[in-house]
Amino acid sequence: MSAAPELVIGVLLPDLLGTYSDAGNAVVLAQRARWRGIDAGILCVTADTSPPAGCDLYLLGGGEDAAQLFAIEWLARHRTLRRALSERASTFAVCAGLQILGTTLTDVQGRCHGGLGLLDLTTAPRRRRAVGEVITRCVLPGVGLLTGFENHRGATTLGIGVRPLGQVLSGVGNGVPPASRRPAGRTWPVGPSSGGGIEGAVTDRVVATYLHGPVLARNPALADYLLSRVTGQGFPDPDPPEVPDLPGLRRGYLSPTPPRRARFRSHLKPW
Amino acid sequence: MAAVRGWARPPPMRPARLVSSPQFRRGWWTWVAMRAGLAAGWLSRRLGLGAGVIIRGRVTLALCPSALSRLAAGRRVVLVSGTNGKTTTSHLLAAALRTAGPVAHNATGANMGDGAVAALAADPDAPVAVLEVDELHLAAVATAVDPAVVVLLNLSRDQLDRGSEVRAVAAALAGALSAHPDTVTVANADDPMVVWAATQSPRASTVWVSTGGRWNGDATSCPRCGTTLHGNGDRWRCRCGLARPAPHWVASEAAAVRDRHVIPVGLRLPGQFNLGNAVTAMAAAELMGVDPRRAAAAMSLLPDVAGRYAVVTYRERELRLLLAKNPAGWAEMLGVLDEARPLLVVVNAREADGRDTSWLWDVPFEEIAGRPVVAAGEHCADVGVRLTYAGVEHATVADPLAALALLPTGVVDVVANYTAFHQLRRRLTAAGGESTR
Ligand SMILES: [Zn+2]
Repeated sequence: MSAAPELVIGVLLPDLLGTYSDAGNAVVLAQRARWRGIDAGILCVTADTSPPAGCDLYLLGGGEDAAQLFAIEWLARHRTLRRALSERASTFAVCAGLQILGTTLTDVQGRCHGGLGLLDLTTAPRRRRAVGEVITRCVLPGVGLLTGFENHRGATTLGIGVRPLGQVLSGVGNGVPPASRRPAGRTWPVGPSSGGGIEGAVTDRVVATYLHGPVLARNPALADYLLSRVTGQGFPDPDPPEVPDLPGLRRGYLSPTPPRRARFRSHLKPW
Repeated sequence: MAAVRGWARPPPMRPARLVSSPQFRRGWWTWVAMRAGLAAGWLSRRLGLGAGVIIRGRVTLALCPSALSRLAAGRRVVLVSGTNGKTTTSHLLAAALRTAGPVAHNATGANMGDGAVAALAADPDAPVAVLEVDELHLAAVATAVDPAVVVLLNLSRDQLDRGSEVRAVAAALAGALSAHPDTVTVANADDPMVVWAATQSPRASTVWVSTGGRWNGDATSCPRCGTTLHGNGDRWRCRCGLARPAPHWVASEAAAVRDRHVIPVGLRLPGQFNLGNAVTAMAAAELMGVDPRRAAAAMSLLPDVAGRYAVVTYRERELRLLLAKNPAGWAEMLGVLDEARPLLVVVNAREADGRDTSWLWDVPFEEIAGRPVVAAGEHCADVGVRLTYAGVEHATVADPLAALALLPTGVVDVVANYTAFHQLRRRLTAAGGESTR
C-alpha cells in the first residue's frame, strides 16, 4: 500500500451540500496539485461518518435550506473537526458553506439561527433570489478576475473581522455594501438589489464565496492560491498546458457584453 | 385480459366520466380563440419562425384565458411530469392509449400551459389526452384540466437557475396532488423525492412503480427531515419513517412484473430507464382501461421519441442521437453508450437548458475515457475543461457538424442537451442528413 498522500482535501457533507456540483472544486485542486508533483488525495466526508480532523484543506459546498441547518448542527457536534477548522486547517466555502460559517443566519421565515462563527458575517434573506453570472476583481494577490455563477437568496453583511474576497464588476455578490459606504441609520439589506459591489469573505484561514461553476474550475489562479497557501509552495503559471480549454472558457465568461462594459466603468471607483 | 382482471387491483379510481358532446360544452368564444391560435400557428410556420405550437397555444390563451379548462372539459386527461423521461413516457403512453381510440398529445414536448392548449385544440374530438407537463407548471395545469391520472417519474436537479430547489418542486407537486384527491397518481417508488411528494395528501391513491433508476445524487438527504438517507434504488428508508413503498409494478429485465405476473416488454428504445418509463406508462394505461399486454405491444413499435434515439446518416457517419440535459439523464445515458464508439458531446446553456453549467461536474465523465471524444456546442469550453480534469482526451470545436469531421467514420454516439439537440437536428435536416430509422 502507498503511504498517505502529502495533501489531503476533505469534502465536507457532499451528500447534503452537493446541490451545485461544488465538489468539482476538490477534483480541480487535487488534479492541479498532482500536475505540480504533489501527491494529493480527496476524502469525502458524509453525514453518517465521523469526520477526520487531519485534512489540510476542507471544502464546503452549496445546498438547500433544510440541509444547511442540518450541516451547522453536524459541524458544531463534531468538536475536533470544528477545532481543526478554527485553529489549523484551511477552509474553502461556497454559497451555503459561506453562510454556515458566519455568526448568524436568518431563514426566509425570519427565524434566526446561529452559525459556526468562523467568519465574522451575518446573512439575512434577500427579497429576490440572485441568479446569474458574476464577475469580480479578487483582492487576493495574483488572482485577478473571478468568474462564477451565483444562485442564492442571502444578503451577507461582513463584520470587521473579515475582508471581502472581491469587488463586484457584474452580478450581485454579497448584496450588502461594506460598512464604510452604508448610510448611518439604515438597516441592511434594503430593496431587491441593495447592490454594494462586494463578494465573498476572506480571513487567514478561510476563503468563502457565493460563486459556483465550480468556481475553481473557472478560476485556476484561485485554485493555485489555495494550494500555495496549504503547501507553502508558489505556482507561477495559472494556465498550465494541461487544460487547453481554459483560456477559451475564461475569455467566454470574462469578455464583457456592451451593457456589462458600461457597468464595469461605474464600478471602478475604489470602495 | 382475463389474467389482468384477476390481479390485485391498485387503489380504486372513480368511474370514467362520460363524454357529453363533441364540442364538450366549450362555448363559442373558445372556438374563436382556438381558430385564431391555429391561424397564428399556420402563419408562424409559413414565415419559417418555427413549428408554431407555442404561438398557437399563446394566442388561444390570450384571447380566452380559460381555454385550457374549456378544452379539457369532458375528456379524461393524464398528466406526465418529473425531471427526466416526460417526453418519452408521454409518447409511450399515447401509443398505448391509441389502441383504444384517438388521443390528444403534446408530442413536440411543448410542456407548459400553451403547449397543452395547442395539443387539445389540435385534437378537439379526442376523448382522452396525454399531456407532458413541466414540473413547475403541474399545479396550474392540474387545476385547469382536473386530471384522471398524474404520472410522477422522478425529481432531480435540473436548471437550478430557475430558482427552484428540488425539494421546493416536490413540495409544489405535493400541493397539486392534494388539491385533486380524486386523481390517481402513478409514482416512482424508487425516488425518495417523488415518494415524499406523493404521500403528502392523506386521501391520495397511488400506484407505485419500481423503475430501477441508476442515479440518486439528490436523494441522499431525506426530503422530509434532511438527514442522510440510507440505502438506494429499491431499498431505502429514513429514520423519520419515510421509506420506499411496496411497488405494484416492477421494471425488470425486459419485462414488467405486476404482482407475480410477468409481461414481456420489447422496446426499440434503449436502456433500463426507458424500460422504467414503459412500465410506468403501462401502469397508467391500465388505469385508463387499456390492457397492459396490448399497451406493451403498441409501445414496442415506437422507433424514436421526437428525434431522440433516432439514427441519422451524415457524411459517412451513422449518428445515434441522444438527449441528456442533467446529471441524472447523463447517468442513464452512460449505460447506453458503446464504450468503443466515438462520442460527440454537445452542450449549450440557454434559457431552456439552464444558464449554469456546473452540473457537468456531477456527470462521471471519467467513464468515457478511452474512446475518441469531441466537445462541441456553445459551451464546448466548459465541457472541455471538465473532460480534461476527468482525464478524458478530447478535441474541442464549437460547431457540432465541424466537430463530427474530427471523429472516425462509422457509427457515432451524439449526446446533446436540450437546445443543442434541437439545433443539431435542424442543422442535420438542413444539411441533408438522412433518418435511417
Ligand atoms: Zn427523513
